[in-house]
Amino acid sequence: MFAYLVRRLFLMLVTLFGISVVIFLLLRIVPGNIVDILFAAAGYVDPADKANLEKELGIDQPLIVQYWHWISGFLRGDLGYSYVSEKPALQEILPRIPITARLAGLALLFSASIGIPLGVISAVKQGTKLDYALRVVSLSGLSLPSFWLGLLILTASVAMFGQMPIFNPNPQTWLEAFATYAVPAAAVGFRSAALTMRITRSSMLEVLRQDYIRTARAKGASDAAVNYHHALKNAILPVITVIGIEAAFLIGGLIVTETVFNIPGVARFLVEAIRWRDYPIVQNLVMFIAVVVVFANFTVDMLYAVFDPRIRYTD
Amino acid sequence: MRSVWALAAMAALSVLTASTNTLAGEPKQGGVLRMYHRDSPANASILEGATYSVNVPFMGVFNNLVIYDQHIAQNSPDTLRPELAESWSWSSDNKKLTFKLHQGVKWHDGKPFTSADVKCTFDLLMGKSQQKLRQNPRKAWYNEVNGITTNGDFEVSFDLKRPQPSLLAMLASGYTPIYPCHVSPADMRTHPIGTGPFKFVEFKANESIKLTRNPDYWKKGLPHLDGIEYTIIPNRSTAILAFVAGKFDMTFPTHITIPLLKDIKSQAPNAICVVEPTNVSTNIIVNSTSAPFDNIDIRRAVALALDRKAFVDILFEGQADIGGTLLPPPQGIWGMPKDKLETIPGYGPNVNANREEAKKLMQKAGYGPDKHLAVKISTRNLAEYRDPAVILIDQLKSIYIDGELDVVETANWFPKVARKDYMLGLNLTGNSVDDPDQSFYENYSCGSERNYTNYCNKEIEKLFDVQSQETDTAKRKPLVWDIDKKLQEDVARPIIFHARAGTCWQPYVKGVTIMSNSSYNGFRYEDVWLDK
Repeated sequence: MFAYLVRRLFLMLVTLFGISVVIFLLLRIVPGNIVDILFAAAGYVDPADKANLEKELGIDQPLIVQYWHWISGFLRGDLGYSYVSEKPALQEILPRIPITARLAGLALLFSASIGIPLGVISAVKQGTKLDYALRVVSLSGLSLPSFWLGLLILTASVAMFGQMPIFNPNPQTWLEAFATYAVPAAAVGFRSAALTMRITRSSMLEVLRQDYIRTARAKGASDAAVNYHHALKNAILPVITVIGIEAAFLIGGLIVTETVFNIPGVARFLVEAIRWRDYPIVQNLVMFIAVVVVFANFTVDMLYAVFDPRIRYTD
Repeated sequence: MRSVWALAAMAALSVLTASTNTLAGEPKQGGVLRMYHRDSPANASILEGATYSVNVPFMGVFNNLVIYDQHIAQNSPDTLRPELAESWSWSSDNKKLTFKLHQGVKWHDGKPFTSADVKCTFDLLMGKSQQKLRQNPRKAWYNEVNGITTNGDFEVSFDLKRPQPSLLAMLASGYTPIYPCHVSPADMRTHPIGTGPFKFVEFKANESIKLTRNPDYWKKGLPHLDGIEYTIIPNRSTAILAFVAGKFDMTFPTHITIPLLKDIKSQAPNAICVVEPTNVSTNIIVNSTSAPFDNIDIRRAVALALDRKAFVDILFEGQADIGGTLLPPPQGIWGMPKDKLETIPGYGPNVNANREEAKKLMQKAGYGPDKHLAVKISTRNLAEYRDPAVILIDQLKSIYIDGELDVVETANWFPKVARKDYMLGLNLTGNSVDDPDQSFYENYSCGSERNYTNYCNKEIEKLFDVQSQETDTAKRKPLVWDIDKKLQEDVARPIIFHARAGTCWQPYVKGVTIMSNSSYNGFRYEDVWLDK
């Protein structure tokens, strides 16, 4: 087990190094840099001013030098300065992480707490009207883009209540605080909940046909005990895998949701930083997301062993 | 007839404004004006900016030497008012402009404002300072200024190479605040210090901009507001919904398109909304350095094919203006009158006749029903560029030109234009002051950085100088019209239309005036107040 862990950790480092190179190069392949954009916004190009600015920002240096400056700084915890705001990148990124983390956490919670029970119900009530209704709901969740759903929620809120749940950095009431995160989390988590529900349903259907389920019923176990203790426990592995993958995909959904609900989180900030070609922000943020995703995958792998005692990681 | 109606409308509007002010009563102190901002500006330095995304939130931090009257919608030489200057005077040869400055004015950090700050600001703008602006987009405005001299702490003079009455217009622009000597340009980008009615509190990129009342403001009793908070909401739908829901007191100025204005009025019927020209023209840039547009006949055919009214009807439901380089009257000061405009080829009301003429020119150049000219029409990947480009492609079909839309990301747009890597381009040109000098020299003079097409006509250039030195507005106007007409006839940069846009605010917001011939100069907000 220990050797396995060491090997996984080593592989994680190699993966992160590869990701860092890809991030760095992809950013440079995209045409235009911050200086081009600043001058484009000004509607003129002064070659001398442009050269001065490129020198000041260090983007006139060879790529290998730029990469070394970035990665060595990253490893030392020095993320450099944002090209746009001219503030330390860490100072720009850090306050936004908890906002997105809360939103992502709530979205995943929404996804699991809605998707798993409804998936179980749908499987247990297979072929009934309730099953069909839930399948329609889950298909809707997969089909409705989160930006559309978000705008629909906002429009309906204004039309019905004269209010809208856009981000409030200083909520005055518990309800405001809840609305600040819960509504956008539901909007972005709906798709994820639908997917979780479908995976739970199909996994449960497979497990419910197993002999040991029939045995449990024959022994007089209650429906709840059979469904949730015996069946769900064994059906949950693919669901955990999907939730792990969804955690990574969530960033994509959050970009749109943070934009629609005007939440000043990491995801929207990343898009703006890409628009400005703000390399220090983009590189460090994407690297941070990569670290989170790699660790999330690692955690999911470890959770397999917790949920299924038959799984043992060995050499 | 149109001008009579316009005058009548303006008179009615004046009466209405006056009565509104009377009804509104005495201004109330206090309250924070909440506004959304359309995007996150690159920084807080107005001198380095080239978009009103910077002017709107930060103009209230500063003062100018002179300013356009903030209560009169139309900026004109008659509405110039002294601000940090108590008064100004021209020398007898009109080559020296002297300002007497207010005494007792303090910067937000407590240091005194003096003539040295004025000199520092303009030395910085003219590139004569030790310190450098990271970007200096309006350096050309001061081409005719030899230098700045101070006479004591409260007098400053601009020495000009030749008379240029328009210099006052540039100084009154929201783009020309006075910066402190003792704060570096880099610090001004992140934490601006001014003498204005509001102090800078914070600018969180992509989040918010906060200003607070300057309690030591040198104009006694002002500002009325305790502060202004801008929440940055790039998504227009979200921003408008938030305004409708009452989260904001005011929309971002001139940010509402005509179709969206209808939505706001239906959902928030009490909101006060105005539509004004933005003094941003949508135009065509033609690459005349290579075939096929090195042929003047083909360039003229393109200009003749335009159905400007169709653009205005489709994109603005009829609420935009057709004109030449300069914004047309009644809002524009210098634009050609309609009768003169219609004498320019392509501006006449008979579109079919214009297009028949265009077809003949195309046939002369070797194109016709059996041989179409394939053209790429390049434009920026922004809706206000793309939408008219699509209409342009459709209109050019009528004269045997098959256009293909070439959408270019913002970062690549100016490099592409600069290296002449385009055939036809659809472009937007914003004028920060309604003044011929700003527009002519910037966009049409030989060698100007913003003369994207490299149009260069030495004869016209001489006429630029003649009008620029004319101090009598009435005599200057016909000179300007003749130049504008010639520019259109030369197909230097065919103007399609001048856009209009809407601004809305809640009924309790008082003292807001949206400028009708510039989007850059009306955001001091020192006498805006909330009737709550």
